[in-house]
Amino acid sequence: MSVKKGAPKKGPAAGNNLAPTTDELVKYYKDMLLIRRFEERAGQLYGMGLIGGFCHLYIGQEAVVVGLQACCRPGDSIVTSYRDHGHMLACAMDPKGVMAELTGRSTGYSRGKGGSMHMFSREKGFFGGHGIVAAQVPIGTGLAFAHKYKGDGGLSMAYMGDGAFNQGQVYESLNMASLWQLPVLFIVENNKYGMGTSVERSSASTDLASRGEAYNVKTMSIDGMDVMAVREAGIEATEHIRAGKGPVLMEAKTYRYRGHSMSDPAKYRTKEELQKMRTEHDPIDHLRQLLIDQKVLDDDAFKAIDKDIKDVVVAAAEFAQTSPEPDPAELWTDIIIAA
Amino acid sequence: MATQILMPALSPTMTEGKLSKWLVKEGDTVASGTILAEIETDKATMEFEAVDEGRIGKILVPEGSEGVAVNTPIATLLAEGESASAAPAQSVTKPTAPAAPAPQTKAPAAPAAPPPAAEGQNSSWKTQTVREALRDAMAEEMRRNPNVFLMGEEVAQYQGAYKVSQGLLDEFGAKRVVDTPITEHGFAGLGVGAAFGGLVPIVEFMTFNFAMQAMDQIINSAAKTLYMSGGQMGCPIVFRGPNGAAARVAAQHSQCYASWYAHVPGLKVVAPWSAADAKGLLKAAIRDPNPVIFLEHEILYGQSFPVPDAADFTLPIGQAKVERVGKDVTLVAFSIMVGKAMKAAEKLAEEGIDAEVINLRTLRPLDTATIITSIQKTNRCVTCEEGWAYAGIGSEIAAVIVEQAFDYLDAPVMRVAGKDVPMPYAANLEALALPQVEDIVASAKAVCYR
Repeated sequence: MSVKKGAPKKGPAAGNNLAPTTDELVKYYKDMLLIRRFEERAGQLYGMGLIGGFCHLYIGQEAVVVGLQACCRPGDSIVTSYRDHGHMLACAMDPKGVMAELTGRSTGYSRGKGGSMHMFSREKGFFGGHGIVAAQVPIGTGLAFAHKYKGDGGLSMAYMGDGAFNQGQVYESLNMASLWQLPVLFIVENNKYGMGTSVERSSASTDLASRGEAYNVKTMSIDGMDVMAVREAGIEATEHIRAGKGPVLMEAKTYRYRGHSMSDPAKYRTKEELQKMRTEHDPIDHLRQLLIDQKVLDDDAFKAIDKDIKDVVVAAAEFAQTSPEPDPAELWTDIIIAA
Repeated sequence: MATQILMPALSPTMTEGKLSKWLVKEGDTVASGTILAEIETDKATMEFEAVDEGRIGKILVPEGSEGVAVNTPIATLLAEGESASAAPAQSVTKPTAPAAPAPQTKAPAAPAAPPPAAEGQNSSWKTQTVREALRDAMAEEMRRNPNVFLMGEEVAQYQGAYKVSQGLLDEFGAKRVVDTPITEHGFAGLGVGAAFGGLVPIVEFMTFNFAMQAMDQIINSAAKTLYMSGGQMGCPIVFRGPNGAAARVAAQHSQCYASWYAHVPGLKVVAPWSAADAKGLLKAAIRDPNPVIFLEHEILYGQSFPVPDAADFTLPIGQAKVERVGKDVTLVAFSIMVGKAMKAAEKLAEEGIDAEVINLRTLRPLDTATIITSIQKTNRCVTCEEGWAYAGIGSEIAAVIVEQAFDYLDAPVMRVAGKDVPMPYAANLEALALPQVEDIVASAKAVCYR
């Protein structure tokens, strides 16, 4: 297990089937930027009191989900924790529907009944958005079980944080997934802190991926701040899984710039640590520089992208503020399906 | 003096068994640990070892005998120098037929009332144990829908810890009858994910005591996700297994979870009593698009009842059944307590009290209409459950009656329930902790002011 750095290739697949095309690179840039701008706007709406409860932002971690989503095919299943806005956008869910759920409106993905942590889109293969730490891991394993049972060629990606990685059901899931060779990619987004507790203070061994070895699971540890490295590892992992060789456990080393949730002042880490990550390892800046260096995009192109994304996010925020709240009758719907 | 070798109890709930095979013959010398015979219990076929050394004198119960009661002498053991004639006088003649008449055969516990016509135009009925009915229900639904599968501990190769899944592996294969590790939290959550992914899992808990390990996935993941997803994420899954008090297994293995699950919107909770209940309701539960908690009872598994023979017999979830019509007092019960309420009704009849017995069958949604209609007639109610009274099913029923039929009551609603203590191990204390027929009789008489 080594930390890999991916390198972009100019043009389509020049001698290396792992290399992204320039179009793909531009797409990853846009996808990451959309998540960043969306989350910033969500933070703003939270501050205005338009979003309630818990709200966990994904800023800083964008490369993980964008890089892995590049390895998904239609029909694959994605499931994650409550830090889920980025995953939904990466799954091509409508930013308007996501933002409207954050504001608790009838036009949200869960019609205002789930909120930030609980959104779903069967159509896009996104199975939540789960609020209890690590509850999504057995669920993702079950989605993989269903893929294998049905023989549909699909796989499941089950995301969790480093905090969740100390929950017992994770190991029950690793064991069953390996025992039954289920098509599942377990992704530990190690952002260094489970709420306010650092990995060093929570985990007897900080080499998180190595825990998979106890279950005969293929393990990978990668630089989660580098979208190319994530994508390259994702291709290797998904090829392994789709070949029927069993699950993969991937640790993506990443960093969240914001607190655990909006109410977290993040005093458990230094400003210098945060600043160093932002200036030296920002996934979006990193890719932007590559696109400049390779002359894929010029200033005008970046400005156009910025404007497009800002328009999308502004429209989502507008939609989320102007949509009506759920009808009071919605209180009593969706509890039981009529048999 | 020869000693007797007695039919052993090889499981907590075993009262009788089949002496499948003798592995020694008369005259053989045995030592401590020698395997004497194979005995089939209500759960498994077990080898039975000698405790003392000696020589087999007379074999008193031939192999192939079914229904041999625990503690029946099955052979004599001679000390050194004794002859077979020293065998106790009660030795029986060896029958020639392999299937000897059982020394003590349990009569099927047939419902007192004939099955109502409402339960199908069933012209023919067969007698089945609850265990067989549950297995048939699963097998029929697995034949009907290829996406139905069973998973749990020991469900496949072992044929079920309580033999409920006997034969299913042979018919459906390892893809659809899945042995899991001992990993309740994990496989309950995996089942929920499989249900989200389009399958119809039947998740067996060896007992519901172990489902506490999986509570988060049952409540937060299975029950609530439909609501939290605005109706997108249906979860068609059945969590089933024995619930309630077993026999002599103490507090961690003897508990009724009915009120725990019935508390939760998003779940359906079913608790069958008879074999017909078990079959009809389990088939309905598997077809239901919602998560269903299916509370079986270990003590009932071996009890026999008539079951409709109809090819596609199901019972509606959410409907109670009046098992016995009466006019003086209503006994509301579910699961094993229905049988105790029926016995109580017989005793009450001897004292001139005509009790109506309601078998709830489903605890969520609760069939309040059947309860209220009965109370409007009898004006008196005793609730019966194995679980604790505090915040129990009986408490909910009492509240419903007070809200909806207060003016009809001629006496306070009384709750017969498990004593408010963890289940003790000692036989006498266990009997005291569990609600008994006499408790129901006493409460019924109290509300009748008798």
